[in-house]
Amino acid sequence: MIPKRFEISWITTPLLLIVFLLAWHFYVVHFNVSKFILPPPLAVWDSLIELLNTASTWRHTWITVYETVAGFLIACVVGVGLGTFLGKVYWLERTLNPFIIATQVVPKVALVPLFILWFGFGPEAKIIVAAVLAFFPILTNTVLGVKSVERGHRDVLTVLNATRWQSFISTELPSSLPTILAGMEVGIVLALIGAVVGEYLGGSTGLGHLLVASLNDYKVGAMFAVIFLLSAIGFVLYFLVGSLRRMMIPWHESVLLKGPNVAS
Amino acid sequence: MCHTWPHAVEFPILLLTCPSLDLAQRSNNVIEFDPKVNFSNIGSSQHHVAEKMTRKIVPDIALSRVEKRFDGEDRTTLALSETDLKIPGGEFLVLLGPSGCGKTTLLRMIAGLTRQTSGTILIGSENLWAGGKRNPKATGNLGVVFQDASLFPWLSTETNIALPLKFRGMEKEARLSRARELCKTVGIAGFEKAWPRQLSGGMRQRAAIARSLSYDPSILLMDEPFGALDAITRDQLNLEIQRIWLAQGCTIIFVTHSITEAVFLADRVLLLSPRPGHIDTEVVVPFSRPRTNAIQELPEFQAIVKQLRDRLEVIT
Repeated sequence: MIPKRFEISWITTPLLLIVFLLAWHFYVVHFNVSKFILPPPLAVWDSLIELLNTASTWRHTWITVYETVAGFLIACVVGVGLGTFLGKVYWLERTLNPFIIATQVVPKVALVPLFILWFGFGPEAKIIVAAVLAFFPILTNTVLGVKSVERGHRDVLTVLNATRWQSFISTELPSSLPTILAGMEVGIVLALIGAVVGEYLGGSTGLGHLLVASLNDYKVGAMFAVIFLLSAIGFVLYFLVGSLRRMMIPWHESVLLKGPNVAS
Repeated sequence: MCHTWPHAVEFPILLLTCPSLDLAQRSNNVIEFDPKVNFSNIGSSQHHVAEKMTRKIVPDIALSRVEKRFDGEDRTTLALSETDLKIPGGEFLVLLGPSGCGKTTLLRMIAGLTRQTSGTILIGSENLWAGGKRNPKATGNLGVVFQDASLFPWLSTETNIALPLKFRGMEKEARLSRARELCKTVGIAGFEKAWPRQLSGGMRQRAAIARSLSYDPSILLMDEPFGALDAITRDQLNLEIQRIWLAQGCTIIFVTHSITEAVFLADRVLLLSPRPGHIDTEVVVPFSRPRTNAIQELPEFQAIVKQLRDRLEVIT
């Protein structure tokens, strides 16, 4: 581990958070805001503790995480697989491009009722929604990555008489990894959105359902607590995919910048 | 030794201004020093080539009636007009010329990276292109060093150097130990595990040279390999390239736009001229090997440089 230098943001960021919470608190107290509109931070905190102490919360959380991750993984496999294929086979990309653009511009959330109709109220429909949302950034980034292999690298492979497979494994795949992983970072966030939106509209499990149920019971504090929990999940998942990036492409500028230079 | 010197200077200039320079005719001008001239520190480079030939079988390269046209939308550019060229095995040949003279195109054609529009290129007895494809029998012994190193940023320095051996199916341990050995040869020992981005420009170029040497090619093509480096690093690397060439006994074809670099390195310099690209002048450089940077101060060296520079001014 490289010893870290003290950074001013270690103080300023928590300070800003405290200022925000105080402002929230005084706004609610001073203007006498109804707790059905905006509960004070301490009430949200109590709701959060209560929520975390409820056994069923963990079941809902688990289901949302499961749907998100499963959808994301499907999107990764299909997106990277198809993207590699499209990036390599020029005529296929030209043929499919209008369709890809057409499916991109359709507001996919509008398709959620359709998926529920087809796949029922269980987690399958939500996994599909999560996968569909996460799929496109991964696909387009993979196509872009596979196509943008440097000319100099292609020349080296030609000179070495590398086979197609050798070229793919040694060059096309690693050189497109940074763009693919950037697509995955967007994809994981979209997968969570997909899962939650799916839960809004159908079924009786997951944090999205819990959110709607809290609304129906006028438990605004609980709503904020669920939102907080969802944010935390999003944060953790995003962080995990980000760590994957640092692990898989330690050579890349975006990761390397933080390390020491061997020679300059 | 000095009394013969003025003669040697006049002789090439005489040739350069002779009527055979008529561009329509495009015959190559050959400048050779009078063999009777005997400089104390100048030996025969041809003799040197012959010496190395006994150590290693290096195929000759033969271009016959090779031409390259690039078809644009409204017009066709003649990048290299019909060229005949023989490069004996073990020679250090430098292609010199201003940008747009077709020197890189010529090199890329010999590398099999760009296909000639017409004509044939033979490496040994093998045609470079067979059945519309780059012929592995001809190109298997070819190494290329590019101007921008073109190392793979996702591989450490040693794995970059070992990559050609991986493609050839060598065991991991064997190829990595060979790579580490080569790091010493090219002077980047201690940086085996570093990422290419962490290396300086000169070190990256050294690593690229090591990668090309890994499979012991008999022909090494270098396309302005030190063009992006500072003068000090460049001088150092020129010395090392000479050392490596002497040790390996391979043919080197080296593209540059630096006249002094060309004269310092070459057995033979081909000066290329643009619009359309063609070989304008051929200069045989007689200094013995190994050459040191000190030879650059010799009047003989400066005379050759001057001839080339004067000729360059005429053709550009």
